[in-house]
Amino acid sequence: MTTLVIVACYLALLLGLGLFSNRLFRGTSSDYMLASHSIGPFLLLMSLFGTTMTAFALVGSTGEAYREGVGVYGLLASSSGIVHSLCFYLVGVKLWTLGRKYHYRTQVQFFRERLENEGIGVILFVLLVALVIPYLLIGVLASGAVMNGVTRGEFNGWFFAAENGGVANWIASLVICLVVLTYVFFGGMRGTAWANAFQTAVFMILGVVSFVVIAYGLGGQDSFLANMQVASQAVAEKYMTREHMSQSIFFTYLLIPLSVGMFPHVFQHWLTARSAASFKLPIVAHPIFILIVWAPCVLIGVWATTSLAGVPPQLPPNGVLGFLVKSKASAVLGESGPILAGLLTAGILAAIMSSLDSQFLCLGTMFTTDIVLHYRRGKPLSEMQQVLLARGFIVAIVAVTFLLSLWNQPRVFQLGVWCFAGFTGLFPLAVAALYWKRLTAAGAYASVVATGVSWSVLFWRSGFAEKADYTVDLKLFGETYQTEPVATIFLCSIAALVIVSLVTPPPSEKTLARFFPKSS
Amino acid sequence: MKYVVWILIALLVVLHQDVWFWDDPQLLFGFLPVGLAYHMVLSLAAAAVWLLATIVAWPVDDEEIKSLTKAKLPPEAAREAGR
Repeated sequence: MTTLVIVACYLALLLGLGLFSNRLFRGTSSDYMLASHSIGPFLLLMSLFGTTMTAFALVGSTGEAYREGVGVYGLLASSSGIVHSLCFYLVGVKLWTLGRKYHYRTQVQFFRERLENEGIGVILFVLLVALVIPYLLIGVLASGAVMNGVTRGEFNGWFFAAENGGVANWIASLVICLVVLTYVFFGGMRGTAWANAFQTAVFMILGVVSFVVIAYGLGGQDSFLANMQVASQAVAEKYMTREHMSQSIFFTYLLIPLSVGMFPHVFQHWLTARSAASFKLPIVAHPIFILIVWAPCVLIGVWATTSLAGVPPQLPPNGVLGFLVKSKASAVLGESGPILAGLLTAGILAAIMSSLDSQFLCLGTMFTTDIVLHYRRGKPLSEMQQVLLARGFIVAIVAVTFLLSLWNQPRVFQLGVWCFAGFTGLFPLAVAALYWKRLTAAGAYASVVATGVSWSVLFWRSGFAEKADYTVDLKLFGETYQTEPVATIFLCSIAALVIVSLVTPPPSEKTLARFFPKSS
Repeated sequence: MKYVVWILIALLVVLHQDVWFWDDPQLLFGFLPVGLAYHMVLSLAAAAVWLLATIVAWPVDDEEIKSLTKAKLPPEAAREAGR
């Protein structure tokens, strides 16, 4: 019950923040979708970090370390520290400049004009929406699963309870959807940025607090260092190394974080920046923030493999963090233990919601800008009509996502990694559009088709995500190298983009002058 | 300096593939696995390289940006003017 009360208070706080940010709303569509380009460095850092980190940063990192050992940090975290900042630096700053210059709100607007082609806009719109929806579903389903898990057995017989006595998944998902919808609906991008910043602070602080409490709970010593030493020295050697991890998979996994460079919701956050200089803090601090969140969770994950933790063998890896907080917080903090468990649950939900809000807003913006405003003929819509249209689309998207989440799709989590691979396949197109004058519309089509075809073939060969550890095996010089499917998709995309661009006529001088002015 | 920054970024990618600590189980300070410690330091090194990049190899022209942010053209007019 304590957990539920704390989570309810947290959600109420978020609603208050969303409604407050509505008071700052300036009544224009640019303010609703891009916060009038007013977001400074700190808010940009927090909102970008919150958007790129999902529940996986807390729950998944602990669960993966519990399964695979400390190598998970190098595989998923330090790689993201290098690559995410690279995307902000290489793609984000340039796109912000063009976005300010030509008043873009979406990626599709940019690609349409850079490639002098209508069709590519339609194809990219469909692809981007199709890739974001499973990502959204993961968040909605995860929020239901988290709430159900932490309240298990507490509400037996209550009308809103599931069979296990926890809050029914669909009710929890519905409540989270409604809370996010409310603050996005009223607050727009400004509300989303503020909520993201707040939620990022919440999940970062609670992650660190949980780490300290769990260390004390496991070690039973007086000092923090002694507790960590006792816990780490009890871990089996295989969890402290990467002896069971393939080096070629480790290397090719580096491509997955490139997906950030094509996320439409990250693009929209980039455009909110007050100035190009606002990007400097996010670029520098992002790897440090990843370190702060991931390193403690990875250590907790490997400590959980020891007998000190007492994790039941049947517990799924993603339940490890919740289990340890629940069991160790009471041992260390006494009666205050359930409060920490409740706060951590709020932190996990914060990580989920800080991605969901941006994705809802960006899909609403894309439908309004790329479809309605682009294809509408006749009298232009007023600013307020555009805001109402975006709000209407956001309500519809939240409703559709929630309804899809009711359809039990057991492989949606595996589908997430495949979505990232699809975004990574489109990344060469973003870089080429910004830095390569010779890129043509035909080259862009070829890249998109190559991404789609290679993705589909590999997805089919993986049994439609049924084989979770599916790899593409290359035989070179008598050795077999396992690689992530994303590597094949990425290479197909680049090859098609370069070859077809070089054999087709270059873009017009006018377009080149527009996107590659002499001064740059 | 731009080339130095790109060389350092490439170096980060190479250093990320740390075969040298792949199966080394030793603990630093009695609690921190050396493979994890290495990648934590790599995260800090990444931050340092990005700091250098923002100082000496900023990818856009600040003067051009200033003129952009001062422009008050409405969206459609600005886009038409650029065509």
